[in-house]
Amino acid sequence: MNQTEIKMMTPTTRVLIVLMAAGVLVMFYRLIFGLGAATHLNDIWPWGFWIAFDVLGGVAMAAGGFIIAGAVYILNWKKYKPIVRPAILNAFFGYMLAALAISLDIGHPFRIWHPVVMWQVNSIMFIVAIHVVLYTTTLATESSPMFFEKLKMTRAMNFVNKIMVPIVLFGVLLSTLHQSSLGAVYLIVPSKLSPLWYSSRLPYMFLVSSVLMGLSMVSFETILSARAFRHKLPMDILSGLAKGSLIVAVLYFAMKLWDLVTIAGVQKAFDGSVAGNMYLVEMVIGVILPLVLLSKKSMRNRSNSIFAINMLVIAGTLVNRMNVAIFGLTDYTARTGADYFPSLMEFLLTMGMVAFAVFGFKVSAKYLNLFPEEQH
Amino acid sequence: MAMNRRDFLKVAAGGGLLLASDIKPALATMPTQLPPEAVGMLYDATLCIGCKSCMVNCKTYNSVPGGALYLENRGVPYEANNYEQGIWDAPVDLSSRTLNIIKVSKSGTAVNKDSTENGYSFVKQHCLHCITPACVSVCPVAALRKDPVTGVVHYVEDRCIGCRYCLLACPFKVPRYEYEYASPQVRKCQLCNHRYKEGKYSACCEFCPTGASIFGKVVDLRKEAQRRLSLKTGDEYDFPVQTVGSKFTMRRPVSKYINHVYGMTEAGGTQYLMLAGVPFDWIGFNKNIGDNNLPELTWAYISKIPAVFVGVIAAGALTWAITSRKNKDKEES
Repeated sequence: MNQTEIKMMTPTTRVLIVLMAAGVLVMFYRLIFGLGAATHLNDIWPWGFWIAFDVLGGVAMAAGGFIIAGAVYILNWKKYKPIVRPAILNAFFGYMLAALAISLDIGHPFRIWHPVVMWQVNSIMFIVAIHVVLYTTTLATESSPMFFEKLKMTRAMNFVNKIMVPIVLFGVLLSTLHQSSLGAVYLIVPSKLSPLWYSSRLPYMFLVSSVLMGLSMVSFETILSARAFRHKLPMDILSGLAKGSLIVAVLYFAMKLWDLVTIAGVQKAFDGSVAGNMYLVEMVIGVILPLVLLSKKSMRNRSNSIFAINMLVIAGTLVNRMNVAIFGLTDYTARTGADYFPSLMEFLLTMGMVAFAVFGFKVSAKYLNLFPEEQH
Repeated sequence: MAMNRRDFLKVAAGGGLLLASDIKPALATMPTQLPPEAVGMLYDATLCIGCKSCMVNCKTYNSVPGGALYLENRGVPYEANNYEQGIWDAPVDLSSRTLNIIKVSKSGTAVNKDSTENGYSFVKQHCLHCITPACVSVCPVAALRKDPVTGVVHYVEDRCIGCRYCLLACPFKVPRYEYEYASPQVRKCQLCNHRYKEGKYSACCEFCPTGASIFGKVVDLRKEAQRRLSLKTGDEYDFPVQTVGSKFTMRRPVSKYINHVYGMTEAGGTQYLMLAGVPFDWIGFNKNIGDNNLPELTWAYISKIPAVFVGVIAAGALTWAITSRKNKDKEES
């Protein structure tokens, strides 16, 4: 496969560029006129779509990076080596987006560095901030060999490759803590978050679901880029990922079920409220359907069915993050009378950022040696 | 992989210990006991006549330098200039411009004061100054702080990054945000802490004509509240006005109270205490707020981090050591 075959100026790329341009405009609008002008946030809804989708969702989508890197460098499962570079690069983009989104979501974007120097260790937000800084740096280091290779800086590349194992291990540690601490953010709101999601086990829920999401995301991208860049589909890798997803999905389903039975009670999910219905949506598309499909061996060996299952898991986990951050609060906010629906600008900025990630990935595929094994 | 296995383990273990040693002292930074000299307020809904004098004077006396509504270069919030000219606002809820609000709950014909049957009750809503404040614990940059002496929860605006985690974390919906500004602040009642050095106290208590809001040390306020609960309904009592233990009192018959001092235990206890003739959830307090202090819930997670740090590094290093050897053996055989 020849990289020069990747065409840059396709209709898709044009759409991506338009979306990115719209995102940049919204960004400037928000910086100049403030949050009230750009978003529909209010005192009862201090956090909205940007936190739910871009930050919580974006970070969960980036989980594939630490899972694949850990599998290849720590567990020495060399089978997954061909997808380690795209997985890490994707995680890097995911974290850049989350970092950019949180920078724009806070009231003083130019004080984003404050937590790094003004420690307050009782705060999960402080822990999250430190993790974002450290892990984004770690991901940059993990993906740097690709750039050094391109720039023919062999010595720098060899140096990073030499210390790759401890860096990857550090990345696995940071991700474990970061994914779970995003769940821990909500431990402080027992009186606001619906018992369908509120539980002292929220950090574990976030960690396990991020692993499920990460595996599906990596598999999804592998299929997508193989099709887009006309690689041969690495079926053994995809089946391996599907098997991993099955194991994690069984564990996650058991945890969710245990939580539902012991905390909210099963009837709470079927009470017809917004929260109850959203809980069912999340569980059916994100956990139960994928679990049923993945349990069939024939499903795990066909790329089309794997692709469909991946989309279910990704959508379901995103719904879960939206539920914890938004829909899980509706019972509480309904009593206060305050309402929230994202503004057009909130959607536009998010779309612009997603477009940036897709575009960045495409550019990297063209100019960097993203799929080293494919070229032989 | 050229890195020596032993070196790697050394680096990993060192990192774990470093983090573990940094995190432990933080446990002591969240107070869980009421400071002995802590100040607060007692609001007695049965004495409140809903005149809103407290709201007006809250805005006026917090719009001066040092006040909770004041900000340099932004002018004085609008009511302070205008109310003397007769222009009043009519806030319906707390906001970044209203740090204190009197609300009314009513049912049916609303003729009976302090009753849920065809009755009504006032409530005064503002920061409760928790003994273990959730907002202080969640702030990543310590922009919200609890004064170690007075216990007042106050805001240091230069540190704030505007993440609004305090708005989410507060169970009482107290902190409010200036979404309308490009350089916004969090706003909340600071119990008029800028007036103490002049020998003054909270404006809402100073200007309350009936003694519904009184200022004082929390230990004294707790005693006063308990005393009122022990009085017989209909008996006459000299209710202190402005401050607890004030010589200025108002004699009137005791109304029927719900046998509970709100703020004794809620969210781990607060420095703003309330008495009412109706259940507190009826006048707008979330029933789901338990008696545990909220930062405890978060600390349960944070305190595990050092162990996770060491555990993941150790387990990962061990796994790597084993799997690398296995791979090597395979290559050699």
